[in-house]
Amino acid sequence: MNAEKTIAWVLLLVLPFGFAGIWRLQHGIDAQRESLSQERDDLLLRSGKLVKVMSLEYAPLLADIYWTRVVQYYGNKHVRGQANLELLWPLLDITTTLDPNLLISYRFGAMFLSQAAPSGAGRPDLAVQLIRRGIQANPSYWRLYEDLGFVYYFDLKDYQKASDAFLEGSKKPNAQLWMKVMAARVAAEGESFATSMFLWKDIYDSTPDPSVKKNALQHLQLLKVKEDCKQLDALADEYAKRYGKRPARMSEMVQAGLLRRIPGDPLGFAYIFGQDGKAELNLDSPLLQQQLLLDRYKLGP
Amino acid sequence: MPGLAIEIENLTKEYPFGFLHLKKKTSLEGLNMQVETGEVFGFIGPNGAGKSTTIKLLMRLIFPTAGSARILGKPISDVEMHRDIGYLPEQPYFYDYLTAAELLDYFARFHDLTAADRKERVERMLKKVGLETARKIQLRKYSKGMLQRVGLAQAILHDPKIVILDEPMSGLDPVGRREVRDIILELKREGKTVMFSTHILSDAEMLCDRVGVIVGGKLRGVGAPGTLVDMKTQGMEILFELRGTSNAPLLSKATRTGDCYRLQVAEEELYAAIDQLRAAGARILSVAQVKATLEEFFTNLVEADGTHTSAVEVSGK
Amino acid sequence: MRRAGVVALNTFREAVRDRVLYNLVFFALLMMAAAVAVGQISIGIEQTVIVSLGLSAISLIGLLISVFIGVALVSKEMDKRTLHALLANPVRRWEFLLGKFAGLVLTLAVNTAAMALGLLLVMIYVKHSLERSDAVVLVAVYFILLKLALIVALALLFSCFTTPLLAILFTVGFYIVGLYVQELRNLPVEVMSPAMTAFTKGLSYLLPNFENFNVMAMAAHGRAVPGALILQNTVYTVVYCTIVLTAAAAVFSRRNLK
Repeated sequence: MNAEKTIAWVLLLVLPFGFAGIWRLQHGIDAQRESLSQERDDLLLRSGKLVKVMSLEYAPLLADIYWTRVVQYYGNKHVRGQANLELLWPLLDITTTLDPNLLISYRFGAMFLSQAAPSGAGRPDLAVQLIRRGIQANPSYWRLYEDLGFVYYFDLKDYQKASDAFLEGSKKPNAQLWMKVMAARVAAEGESFATSMFLWKDIYDSTPDPSVKKNALQHLQLLKVKEDCKQLDALADEYAKRYGKRPARMSEMVQAGLLRRIPGDPLGFAYIFGQDGKAELNLDSPLLQQQLLLDRYKLGP
Repeated sequence: MPGLAIEIENLTKEYPFGFLHLKKKTSLEGLNMQVETGEVFGFIGPNGAGKSTTIKLLMRLIFPTAGSARILGKPISDVEMHRDIGYLPEQPYFYDYLTAAELLDYFARFHDLTAADRKERVERMLKKVGLETARKIQLRKYSKGMLQRVGLAQAILHDPKIVILDEPMSGLDPVGRREVRDIILELKREGKTVMFSTHILSDAEMLCDRVGVIVGGKLRGVGAPGTLVDMKTQGMEILFELRGTSNAPLLSKATRTGDCYRLQVAEEELYAAIDQLRAAGARILSVAQVKATLEEFFTNLVEADGTHTSAVEVSGK
Repeated sequence: MRRAGVVALNTFREAVRDRVLYNLVFFALLMMAAAVAVGQISIGIEQTVIVSLGLSAISLIGLLISVFIGVALVSKEMDKRTLHALLANPVRRWEFLLGKFAGLVLTLAVNTAAMALGLLLVMIYVKHSLERSDAVVLVAVYFILLKLALIVALALLFSCFTTPLLAILFTVGFYIVGLYVQELRNLPVEVMSPAMTAFTKGLSYLLPNFENFNVMAMAAHGRAVPGALILQNTVYTVVYCTIVLTAAAAVFSRRNLK
């Protein structure tokens, strides 16, 4: 057998065994590094300006890379259900410094910086700062005003400022008519189911970002649940007035003719009455977990 | 009967070319040849005939499409046989960051030699090829001829039984060629087998016990230079000078250059012709034998094979 | 093996004679400038800056050497036909290849060690002392060297079957992909079909993963690297280089020289 054939046979042996070894080793190394990554989860350079200086003429390209890091960072944290999003701000800060016209980063940031944990970083102040910077760089883009109003309305509960933001935005080119309506309504009523529904619906319809869309959908569903429960409670009060006791099951309400059939949540799971007699989500409904998470973090520190 | 140093059987090399390597050019076609131990074998042919291809196949620098070869009875895929072979590549080029002494020492390290032995051999070889004064100079400063000498030195450095030289005379001045000839003859005296390729026929005629002629990738003849061509005298050539005119009948057969004439006659007519010319008042300048040479044999082959040869030349590169 | 060693030493000699080690001068100047500048501009994070700058420079210089010289190792010898005379000696092609690899890795080891020494000197200059925790810098340098060895092996493999330019592109391509292999695994799952997800995930464990060797952030902050990771990365590099070099030998052994 000559040398060339020998090497070919050796290669046939080395390839499967070698790559099997690599496969195992990589898993081992990943596990090892995973234990380090909690601490390692940091950015070497936190200054956007410094990054921009170092990026030469490739700042926009680098901005895109940072932007994908933002999305991945958020996605990873979200998948693992980790509430700690402290790097979201520096990442977005660098991204928007590198490329001030990357509109999607402002909109994404506005949503997830401001929202309370676990779906956001719970820093509406930073969200406002980010959007204001975005407005400065892109003054004619009306949707940033929508986002600003959004943060004031939902997270800061500052309805006057929210109204101002909507009004300001409505004057920009191509702004949709409802911005003006919203400005008046928020100023007059503060928070209301209809306004909240509308704002989330608009986000849901207009965003191209899948995680923003998913988040909006969740909020829409939970809003609907909240409203449904409110109405069911009112009906239960009516039942109590008639029969002298609160209903224990939804079927009793149907029998009493107050409901035509047992009502379901947006995912189709029937509502139930809890131990305190209030209407609430079915234990089987996936929405329940979302709601509990949201409530826990709102009550938490 | 001496043993066989090199046995080549049906060696064929095709080079794929063109789109997706679908076409093939044959650079060597079913070569069968033997080199006996102790002889100097000349491998001659025009450029692109397949000489280098054959030698590279023997050295396993390229791999044959078909056929096999054995050196000293061992198949050429056996790397250990290289202990007994010295090789000078065509237009050799070496690591230009080394000096001649360093290069030879580097190559010597692949053979099982002691440090002292290595040192002694390197010195001896440098002296043999006339480079002892240039030994401390990096090879990047060497001329083509000097590189050829270094190449020769490394080929015979480890005292091989067989020396294969690819175009050893090319790029050398007359003195250098003479030295290479001397080295080859010395190797022969030491009982080595030498196989060298050349397109310069006089070198082959002068040195070789046997030659193989290859044209267009095919072997056209093997044998001693004398047997390959009928080397008996074919005639005599007379050069003479003649002022003025004459009406001697022989003059019409001669070719004239100024006052000089050149005339070819059969051997047996030589004296009659000379007498006639003297009678006409010519001054005889020289008389020489005319021989059919390897060159003519060779030229005839190439001319007969003209179309094929040019095709091979393209594909061989 | 002995013959591979002969080739390796000559490869090292070539690198030295071709003034490859001159990059050390550049590194020294950079580190000196950094040492002076860092005291002026940053207070409190001098060590972090010095270490990350030094390690980045070591890695980058090493990368340039390993890609460009790694590709030239064999292709230059084929191109200039210096290989013809060499292979006439009793040396197998895979021995030659292994020797070339070992020679460049030796060069890189010497080069990297010199730069690491320079980095330590600058750290002493900046901090006026060295602590035990600073040993992590040496671990980081060792990991860089492992990474470079793997890159040399890849460059060698590519140069065995394609042109030098393409080989450089392939090597750099593999390196960049190898840095982002981890991200391949974290790709948003919704965008891809399950088959695609499984494929990229599988691939992400088999492609050379250069992120394995990145402990620069830890080194910059003086955090210790666990011994298990050092061992794993060493074995990883040895196994991967074996695979790549065997493939290179298989290709190169059948290659017709010009």
